[in-house]
Amino acid sequence: MKDEIREVVLEYVINEYMEDQDDEITYDTALISGGYVDSFSMVSLKRFLETKYKISLPDNRATPEAFDTVDKITELVIEFLGYKE
Amino acid sequence: MAYSDKVRATYQQQLQELQDKGIFKIERYIHSVQDAEIEVEFPPGAPLKRVINICANNYLGLSSHPEVVAAAHEGLDARGYGMSSVRFICGTQDIHKELEKRMTEFLGTEDTILFPSCMDANAGVFEAILGEEDVMISDRLVHASLIDGIRLCKAMTDSFKHSDMKHLEEKLILHSDKRNKLVITDGVYSMDGDTAPLDKMVELCEKYDAMILVDDSHSSGFIGKTGRGTHEKCGVVGKIDIITTTFGKGLGGASGGCVSGRKELVELCRQKARPYLFSNTIAPPVVAGVLNVLEILSATTERRDKLERNAGWWRKNLTEAGFILQPGDTPIVPVMLFNAKLSQDFARDLFAEGVYAIGFFFPVVPQGKARIRTQISAAHDMHHLEKALAAFIKVGKKYDILGKTKNEIMVMYGN
Repeated sequence: MKDEIREVVLEYVINEYMEDQDDEITYDTALISGGYVDSFSMVSLKRFLETKYKISLPDNRATPEAFDTVDKITELVIEFLGYKE
Repeated sequence: MAYSDKVRATYQQQLQELQDKGIFKIERYIHSVQDAEIEVEFPPGAPLKRVINICANNYLGLSSHPEVVAAAHEGLDARGYGMSSVRFICGTQDIHKELEKRMTEFLGTEDTILFPSCMDANAGVFEAILGEEDVMISDRLVHASLIDGIRLCKAMTDSFKHSDMKHLEEKLILHSDKRNKLVITDGVYSMDGDTAPLDKMVELCEKYDAMILVDDSHSSGFIGKTGRGTHEKCGVVGKIDIITTTFGKGLGGASGGCVSGRKELVELCRQKARPYLFSNTIAPPVVAGVLNVLEILSATTERRDKLERNAGWWRKNLTEAGFILQPGDTPIVPVMLFNAKLSQDFARDLFAEGVYAIGFFFPVVPQGKARIRTQISAAHDMHHLEKALAAFIKVGKKYDILGKTKNEIMVMYGN
């Protein structure tokens, strides 16, 4: 389950945010603090996760820190999927 | 006194960091009017040097046009120097209303409200017309003043890849549940000189019931067949819900800006936009000057036609000389050098050759995309452009970049 979510999130992030083909991002690339994802765009990532996994991420958990790497995002999704189950 | 040595040291350190990063900005002092040729004191204390200016937003060459200057003088005599009041107390003159009416006609909109600057227009408009139930979807390369305005507004934010209509459509679908949706773009992008595909954007906005805002600061007065702006070029006059623009560039170059568009949105700005409510509006002589600019531009397209010819000549000849340009068809012609230091060295050498241009590099433009941004004006005559071209070629040869590819330049100089 975790690996599957990681792949989905990584694919989304690459399609959504990568402009320059020279840049490679991995599961632990710093997305926000590394300048790949600006704060205006975080909302679409949050909305994507909520729609895809039918979860609700409260604003106080959807922070730049929690969204900074694919691995951190995956952990957050798993946590909220757990609450739901 | 609370400005202790310790406090002072923290600020000195911040300034030193800017110096160390090479992003400390310095001004060149101009001892003449703004024009195709200017008298520059640089570095401070150096004797004045007469140079060709190819980095001003003086697109139509009206900054020191005798008729505009005379109109400003008349405005100064007839309506005074300032109003000492914000608009809604006792700061509105007949000429302010006249300018709003004339801008509405010029842009083909429903109504217009003046702001002290376009920066202020962009800072005030979003908060005035959108709330928490709404969403703002902006192009990822919009101007800093739009970004600041978006930050001041409580509506949800999102962005789409630069001029990527497929991505914009995905975002409009994603946010289809929001009350009001506002798509935000520049008309002409100031660093790259490319034009937003407003026809396609309007089509998407109509399909998904979204409004559209265009900052046309680098277009008003000269883009489109009669210079109305990007909406005229793209065939969507009357379909842009909000246009923000400036009087500080093509339209005279002094100061001031406006929000022009749907009458309800303009009225909401008049009631709620904070930079409008809490700051004096444009000073009377400037209002009189802009009114004259609009008269000149409504009578003839001569100036925008000359600008188009100049920009076409400049772009064609730089390309033939072997420079790499950002593609586009506006008077903003970026000459790509890729390396930050090369862009600074190139600009310094151009200045020595009598051509004033500025090298831009990260963080103003993306890493590895340093450039000299050239801006062509209707004030330029052919001898100016020929001399500037000769200087570019001389300096280009010195650095051996003519006819070279991006990769070859980056191998020589790094990125």
